[in-house]
Amino acid sequence: MRFSGFRVFKEAVTGHKGWKPLWRTPDPQPEYDIIIVGGGGHGLSTAYHLAAKFGVTRVAVLEKGWLGSGNIGRNTTIIRSNYLLPGNEHFYELSMKLWENLEQETNFNSMVSQRGIINLIHTDGQRDAYRRRGNAMMLAGAGAQLLSRDEVREMVPFLNFDNARFPIKGGLMQTRAGTARHDGVVWGYARGADMRGVDIIQNCEVTGFRIENGKVLGVETSRGYIGAKKVGVAVAGSSSRVMAQAGMRLPMESHVLQAFVSEGLKPTIPGVITFGAGHFYISQSDKGGLVFGGDLDGYNSYAQRGNLPVIEDVAEGGMALMPMIGRARLLRMWGGIMDMTMDGSPIIDKTDIDGLYFNGGWCYGGFKATPASGFCFAHLLAKDEPHEVTRQMRLDRFARGYLLDENGRGAQPNLH
Amino acid sequence: MRISCPLCGPRDRREFYYRGAAVALQRPAADAGEDAWQAYVFLRDNPAGVTRDLWYHAQGCGAWLVVTRDTASHEILATELAAEVAS
Repeated sequence: MRFSGFRVFKEAVTGHKGWKPLWRTPDPQPEYDIIIVGGGGHGLSTAYHLAAKFGVTRVAVLEKGWLGSGNIGRNTTIIRSNYLLPGNEHFYELSMKLWENLEQETNFNSMVSQRGIINLIHTDGQRDAYRRRGNAMMLAGAGAQLLSRDEVREMVPFLNFDNARFPIKGGLMQTRAGTARHDGVVWGYARGADMRGVDIIQNCEVTGFRIENGKVLGVETSRGYIGAKKVGVAVAGSSSRVMAQAGMRLPMESHVLQAFVSEGLKPTIPGVITFGAGHFYISQSDKGGLVFGGDLDGYNSYAQRGNLPVIEDVAEGGMALMPMIGRARLLRMWGGIMDMTMDGSPIIDKTDIDGLYFNGGWCYGGFKATPASGFCFAHLLAKDEPHEVTRQMRLDRFARGYLLDENGRGAQPNLH
Repeated sequence: MRISCPLCGPRDRREFYYRGAAVALQRPAADAGEDAWQAYVFLRDNPAGVTRDLWYHAQGCGAWLVVTRDTASHEILATELAAEVAS
């Protein structure tokens, strides 16, 4: 079923009786070429790209709950490619390019909205760091602009420019950044994968791997054993738990990150604004809600909810940056579980177990990576070699000393 | 969340600084080899359930604590002085 203006018109005059479910609910087959564990954004994007780009269609996606019930439904929907290190930036720029064409490719309205992101500058040191970052972005073809204080003021005049502690001195802008509709991304990829023959199996929890002689043969699930030539795991915050079933320990801790939405307001904020110094960032959804967040709660947690200290911290950051936010009522907040690695960068790699592949460690930046993560993981699964932009996202980089530490903060997950 | 400091009693979580899993108490010998050091610096059990981690009572007595906690429920099961656990 394809969407088009004609189709909408036809359904409108025939009582909307022709719409069908967007994907099937098949029973698992005894064996697949590739099983993807995890029916979130990255897992579904992987399945979609396997089928659409690499011609592998005997694929199953196993999801323990319902599609998009994890972090893909719990994030703040920001897409950007403003990283510093070459090992990251080329990957995120590939992702940005895939975002720009996502709706045409999946024929699904993901509401990709490139309204720009501004990282605020408060000190000379920060300006130097952002100038360097902007240059790194331009080297990777991502584009960047260094804004003066007046240019920032012209775009977002409602900010408090003369905060005593963090006066705004400028900003680094990526105009191609923006937001997308997170659920639309899930549904678009799920539908695209299903249309090409991928089995999406919900309410099917993986409880173990069947591994013999160092090779994976399949997975044990709550719906019985399913064989597979290859198994790819993309389970975000549950990475350590799932990979422990294969006897692996990972270089990560799981942490809770909270996000917040206000009541719906008229268009107020043109793009995304980040106030790193005050641990606060904000954008506005198409529905009108202010979507904002801040730091991790800061301690190892699997509870999908946070605690009051960070809520207060985020609210204080918001008030310091844009005092008018104090007039908006907070509608709801929630927490998601981040797979925080020891260097703050992700992992897309084979494991020491033949046929078992791992995609995870996205920290709090997994959403923007969804298209390229799936494409590159599919590349690895289909061709057994990494895509060139993920060459440095290896599992053994910690042992070998080739860390991808954007912030230079060392092996402490809650600081990244 | 409150953490019960053995020296100060139950205190707000905001008084404490989190340092990660309590592996720091099992520092390998300098010549233990690369695998042992990689595991010590980078690899974590990261369980969804009971875990032991290190907290520093920064805005209190300054003691390092080993806190036994449930990562799924945020329940705190026990707190001990790291100095006593390590000795």
